[in-house]
Amino acid sequence: MAQRWGLPIVAWPSRLRPSVWDGIALPLVFGGLILLAWASTQMSQPFHLGQQLSISLDPSYLPAYALRTVMRMALALAASLAFSIVYAATAAKSKRAEKLLIPILDVLQSVPILGFLSITVTGFIWLFPGSLLGYECAAIFAIFTSQAWNMTFSLYQSFLGVPHDLREAARMYHLSPWHSFWQLEMPFALPQLVWNMMMSVSGGWFFVVASEAISVNGTNVLLPGIGSYIAVAIDRRDLHAVGYAIFAMLVLILIYDQLLFRPLLAWVQRFKVEAIVGEEIEAPWFLVMLQRARVFRGLARLFALMARISSRVSQTLPALPRATRRRRRLGRVFDIAWAVVLLAGATAALVDIAHFVRAEVGWAEVGHVFVLGAITLLRVIVLIALAALVWVPIGVWIGLRPRLARRIQPVIQFLAAFPANLFFPIVVSLIVVYRLTPEIWLSPLMILGTQWYILFNVIAGTLALPTDYLLVASNLGVRRWLWWRRLILPGIFPAFVTGAVTASGGSWNASIVSEIARWGGTTLRATGIGAYIATETEAGDFPRIALGITVLCIYVLVFNRLVWRRLYHLAEERLRLD
Amino acid sequence: MAAETTLAADVGTGLVAANHVCKTYATGESPGRLVLDHIDFTLKEGEIVAILGKSGSGKSTFLRVLAGLTEPSDGFATYRGRRIDDPVTGIAMVFQSFALFPWLTVLGNVELGLEAQGVPLDERHRRAIAAIDLIGLDGFESAYPKELSGGMRQRVGFARALVVNPDVLLLDEPFSQLDVLTAETLRGDVEDLWRDRRIPTKGIILVSHNIEDAVFLADRIIVFGSDPGCIRADIPVPLPRPRDQANPIFRSLVDQVYTLLTTVPGVEGAKRRAEPIGVGYRVPDASIQQLIGLLEALSQPPYEGRADLPKLAESEHLSTDDLMVLVETLQLLGLAQVGGGDIEILPAGQAFAAADLHNRKQIFADHLRRAVPLAAHIRRVLDERPGHSAPEGRFLAELEDYLSENEARQVFETVINWGRYAELFAYDIDSGVLSLENP
Repeated sequence: MAQRWGLPIVAWPSRLRPSVWDGIALPLVFGGLILLAWASTQMSQPFHLGQQLSISLDPSYLPAYALRTVMRMALALAASLAFSIVYAATAAKSKRAEKLLIPILDVLQSVPILGFLSITVTGFIWLFPGSLLGYECAAIFAIFTSQAWNMTFSLYQSFLGVPHDLREAARMYHLSPWHSFWQLEMPFALPQLVWNMMMSVSGGWFFVVASEAISVNGTNVLLPGIGSYIAVAIDRRDLHAVGYAIFAMLVLILIYDQLLFRPLLAWVQRFKVEAIVGEEIEAPWFLVMLQRARVFRGLARLFALMARISSRVSQTLPALPRATRRRRRLGRVFDIAWAVVLLAGATAALVDIAHFVRAEVGWAEVGHVFVLGAITLLRVIVLIALAALVWVPIGVWIGLRPRLARRIQPVIQFLAAFPANLFFPIVVSLIVVYRLTPEIWLSPLMILGTQWYILFNVIAGTLALPTDYLLVASNLGVRRWLWWRRLILPGIFPAFVTGAVTASGGSWNASIVSEIARWGGTTLRATGIGAYIATETEAGDFPRIALGITVLCIYVLVFNRLVWRRLYHLAEERLRLD
Repeated sequence: MAAETTLAADVGTGLVAANHVCKTYATGESPGRLVLDHIDFTLKEGEIVAILGKSGSGKSTFLRVLAGLTEPSDGFATYRGRRIDDPVTGIAMVFQSFALFPWLTVLGNVELGLEAQGVPLDERHRRAIAAIDLIGLDGFESAYPKELSGGMRQRVGFARALVVNPDVLLLDEPFSQLDVLTAETLRGDVEDLWRDRRIPTKGIILVSHNIEDAVFLADRIIVFGSDPGCIRADIPVPLPRPRDQANPIFRSLVDQVYTLLTTVPGVEGAKRRAEPIGVGYRVPDASIQQLIGLLEALSQPPYEGRADLPKLAESEHLSTDDLMVLVETLQLLGLAQVGGGDIEILPAGQAFAAADLHNRKQIFADHLRRAVPLAAHIRRVLDERPGHSAPEGRFLAELEDYLSENEARQVFETVINWGRYAELFAYDIDSGVLSLENP
């Protein structure tokens, strides 16, 4: 029988005697809370633009900096979670809201995250004058934008995918909408959401590092954190400090992974709707500890109580009126009106944009930016192709050895989470020392952090290939190129596409930080839309930042529609293994 | 059973009733496809009614109308004289797929309905445990559904329904996802509870495609006809409980219902059908391999061309549903006929079974063109077009005049498969093009 190790929300033992594990768990958790509280008080220090926040390269300061970085990450994650629940629930419940919300989300998803930072920082500073809080908010917002969209999409899709029979059962047994949201929709969405959260946080580390050093109208603000630490290290050409920062980040990600995501991933297994007991993930030590500690069983009991109170309260609320035939006809009129409003809004915005472009930058520059975009596009394509050439054979080789694959997969997940921008200084210092052409040699930076998605997915795809296929192939004497062409490549194609989509999205984002690089006083510059946006951000030229970001968005959207979505469709239709 | 007649004061309106219930599903065309056609129905107190029909006859939709889960397009359903617009307290349902919440334990699942009604914790707990005991799940209270077998899961489904003390129990194919042995045990247990009046339920409606289940449980069997769903027969089951499946009356009832279900209206007996089927006819989704297997079996001993349908199902290890699909197809193609619960192979079917691979295709092709208008239509179009090829879209669009998008796709794929076997035409899934080329 399957071993059960869920946090006991529903069935808990009646006795709540403290256990040995309490002695370990309590100090750990409360110590963590106190540290977070300290970090949050540091966030609202008074501050005026131009004032110098000194970042020390002394490694003894690193733990404190790391804590500030973690704090930002945690706040952004909490905000993303809240946002995605509200946004996805609204889109899934209301057809009219859906029409507006989902396309917006689709566009937001392709806006380069660092673009958000340059646009929003002024607003946040205005919100909190004379305090560091504005800058903190801007940084957190940038991290938020790197996480929220993907989580929202996952939730929205899960909400739509709730099995029909479970919905009917919920209606049949008179669960109120509120009750069924917490008892049916959220639990159903949980496994996918946690997985996406993990992926989001992996991506988020990159932006934590990138968003701590904010430039406002030519002035640099360095928020205390690992990102700023490394920015200062670059400025002073201190490779030792870069090494310390990398080490600190390593520890940080390890802690996040072990204390948050491993336990969460294991815990949400029980929310999966598969009919059979699937392959059990080994219970992570932290989850075991939490479960053994009786205090947390009490906590789980508290959750259950809250759920009960909320359901009691929701019963007193009036039931939602059911659509009658007449109301439905009225609804259709509203639908048409709503569509007209949306269309009018979009047209107005379009006219506005055209005016803005003509007045501020001129059409010639628009053309120029499109050319820059094409150059970056070329880089992305070449890099994905190169990464595929390198990682597909290696991934298949690993995937054919399941034992090795199981040991290596957490390492690759870890590499994917590691912010590649921490390694930039090392690469850049090499380019400077050997006087290499930045146009070519800066490009690999774009894919440094995202290539792992290709490797990761190729391994997973190979692992999923039924052993029968491999046996048949060897039985028929299918070898070499034929083996690749007829068996492996079609077999791993869906997984490869998934990996490549993620990798290419990440590369577009990374172009902003990788097409311009600094090492001390030396600046390396490659031609491309990323460099354009970075340059204009430094100059604080708002119309040009907007132009650059818009064009980049268009490239990403069109590329996704024309290439990735089609490949994805092909993979889904033809090459799925089932 | 005599006690019920005195109890049932409101026999006139019944526990649950349907008045001229119609249901239309939107297709591409404006009137939409009619799945339920003016259904009148009454469930009296103390009665178990089984609704039988082929898949797609709208019997599940009808049950959902009574449950308040689906709104009828016309007409209405009532519970104790009150109109059903939404799920009402007093009617509970057991689902084919169990529909258990995987993140709740057995106890949590059973308590769900009580929790929604705001029953206090202690009472909820007590009632849930009682229901779990009643259905024979004691000891599994803290298990998650994933840990249980199908039969155990459906017991949780029953406990969840019974714990709210429903007046009326709606069973939507509750045994169809269980193996035969498990299904019979659970069926027997449910019958015990009903017979010994250990549950306060006053009426049960069972939707099923299993005839034995229906004859075993029901006081009355309603047979649904397809396209559109309508009541074709209302057969009382006057057998005393508990029922013995070997009883000759039991057997003859099963035979009678079998015949009703497997006969295409209009093709009864040796006569060809009175009204020809059209292009949009929903052809049954029968597999070629199974058709061949069945014809071969029929033409050989012990059947020698004629077989009792229930026995045939049993000895060929076919579910009733599968057998009905095959039998309907054989009738449609004019390879066999059905009468009096028996299937009889026709000369063409006999010839098919005796022929070699090539001649079989020839015979199949002839009958396909003659009997299935869609196949004939596709072939005609391909013959006439200069390039002898046509995109699938045009045929699908024609089908969608009669059927929903999914059904059109299904019918199209079935006919494509038959046509490919008969070598009437070829189909390329990548381009979605039909042609006369034979690769």
